Amino acid sequence: MITAFAIFSDGLVYAAYLFLVAVGLTLIFGVMKILNVTHGSFYAFGAYGAATAVGIWFDRGLSDAGGFLFMVGVAMLIGLVIGLILERGILRLVYGRDEVVIVLVTYAAFLILEDVIVLVWGPRSYPAYQPMVSAGSIDIGELTLSNYDIGLVVLAAALAVAVWWSLKYTRYGRLLTVVIFDREVAAAYGINVKVIYTVTFIIGAMLGALGGAVMAPKISVTLGIGVEVIVLAFAVVAIGGMGSIEGALIGALIVGLGRAAAVHLMPEIELFVIYAVMALVLAFRPYGLFTQPAPRKI
Amino acid sequence: MLTRANLFGALVFVAVAISALFLPPWLVSLATIAFANALVVLGLVILWRTGLVPFGQALFYAIGAYAVALIGRYTPIRDVFVVVLAGAVAAGVVAYVIGFLLARYREIFFAMLSLAMSMILYGILVKSEALGSTDGFHVEAGSFLGWRPQGALRNLALFWLVLGFCAIAAWVVGVYFRSVAGSMAIPMRDNEIRVEFLGLSVDRLVHLKLVISGVLAGIGGALAALAVQHVDPQMAYWTTSGGFVFVTVLAGAGSVAAAFVGSLAFELVRSIAVALLPGAWQLILGSALLLTILFLPEGLGSLYSRLRRKPAAPKEQPGGPS
Repeated sequence: MITAFAIFSDGLVYAAYLFLVAVGLTLIFGVMKILNVTHGSFYAFGAYGAATAVGIWFDRGLSDAGGFLFMVGVAMLIGLVIGLILERGILRLVYGRDEVVIVLVTYAAFLILEDVIVLVWGPRSYPAYQPMVSAGSIDIGELTLSNYDIGLVVLAAALAVAVWWSLKYTRYGRLLTVVIFDREVAAAYGINVKVIYTVTFIIGAMLGALGGAVMAPKISVTLGIGVEVIVLAFAVVAIGGMGSIEGALIGALIVGLGRAAAVHLMPEIELFVIYAVMALVLAFRPYGLFTQPAPRKI
Repeated sequence: MLTRANLFGALVFVAVAISALFLPPWLVSLATIAFANALVVLGLVILWRTGLVPFGQALFYAIGAYAVALIGRYTPIRDVFVVVLAGAVAAGVVAYVIGFLLARYREIFFAMLSLAMSMILYGILVKSEALGSTDGFHVEAGSFLGWRPQGALRNLALFWLVLGFCAIAAWVVGVYFRSVAGSMAIPMRDNEIRVEFLGLSVDRLVHLKLVISGVLAGIGGALAALAVQHVDPQMAYWTTSGGFVFVTVLAGAGSVAAAFVGSLAFELVRSIAVALLPGAWQLILGSALLLTILFLPEGLGSLYSRLRRKPAAPKEQPGGPS
């Protein structure tokens, strides 16, 4: 029983993390049909930015709650700037090329940004544990849960609702849905697709940076975190269906709970299980659990 | 098939083999790795011509490498020809089996599924003690049909071995490119349904491509394991696959020769960049890839054919000197 509860709580926290990372990726894919490898860099930049912000804030001994907001704000600002530069500077030039070619373009940008991180922050790692510590923890039965983790789950759930609500009920969300459905028809009706693309990419980048920022206190921010996170996000998004927000949520829950179960019951298969699930889903439903296959062109 | 191009290609290989005697040892070692990796790139070129980009080719590379390492660890067999062929067979069998699944996929789904496959292997390798876990393990020096060279002579012998495999692979792939199955690559990229109306099964053609590229990657991995004398799970990680894709795009799918020249150029640029600007070599590589995609969509290989074709009308299809 205690193991089951531990699996459930660990899995939920891990799923929250995965959803925060994957939601931006799936949004960009849904609207722009870009499988964005650079998302790993957004995450890494967010984490580094947050770690720096935490360092500055807590060294001065300022209030804890403000520290969290400052950390998130800095990270999202970085996401905004990088997203804008990438979309306007590079991706704009390759719209209309093969999807696979655009993946390679984002891969090239990812390599460049990996070194930009080294140039800006250097090779050392940055601890940013203060928000995690100051949040404290609570005991439920025999288990100790960190309040920060609980906050993470709440944040992910709130984000899921917010994204779903804005897609459905806001003006921008509805325009987005039209563009997702048919880009050309949307343009013919006078929707400025270019602006939608730029805004979507920036939102995606900011969400990626947010994922990095809220994870920074839980991990040691160090080189190579973007490399790891991007394959995980790919797995989540591929399981749920690329471009689907519900898909990202379900994918995150499947991978999160699956991994937590593996960690507690059979640690040897921890890494294996994520990609095995991904391969299995792709084998039976290549377009993921939540998307319909696109018709073949003749 | 003793065409002029084949003869020229054979002469180039012999010239490179002889020149190794006069080159500094570091360059021979670098070229050994570069040409071993070029075999993987050659396999990717086959797929890239159809528009398929596997982000998990490291799967076959790692299988080839681990086959060599495991044979060295658990059996007394040390002969390099036997172990490299074992690596090729192992990778080929895996490619054949997962090909039934993978050959039905295209575009991003192909890339993702192949990525998943290689990450499964990575997950297995990292977590299993019998396979060396995260550290991997040492690969013993092999013997060449009973001959056991030491030191510099071993490096030279290994280089010639790699070169020999490259020459055979280049010839075979050249023949394949001119065959019906191979020459369907570009029509398949343009429109699969039309190819099916010709009476060919596109899935089967892709399956064949997968097996060929898997075998090539297996040989490449086996040779790389012998050259580096070490294997670790990083060989199956997605960044390894990304590196191969990188070289493929840089070299272009125009010809067989481009894979070898591209791979050598990549290793040279990488070691120079790492030596001169240790903190910025990925930045240099990324920029090179970006500029290639933006301005030379058919790769650096197309520069050469563009220059050559300018004076006269195009004479032959890409497939070029092998």
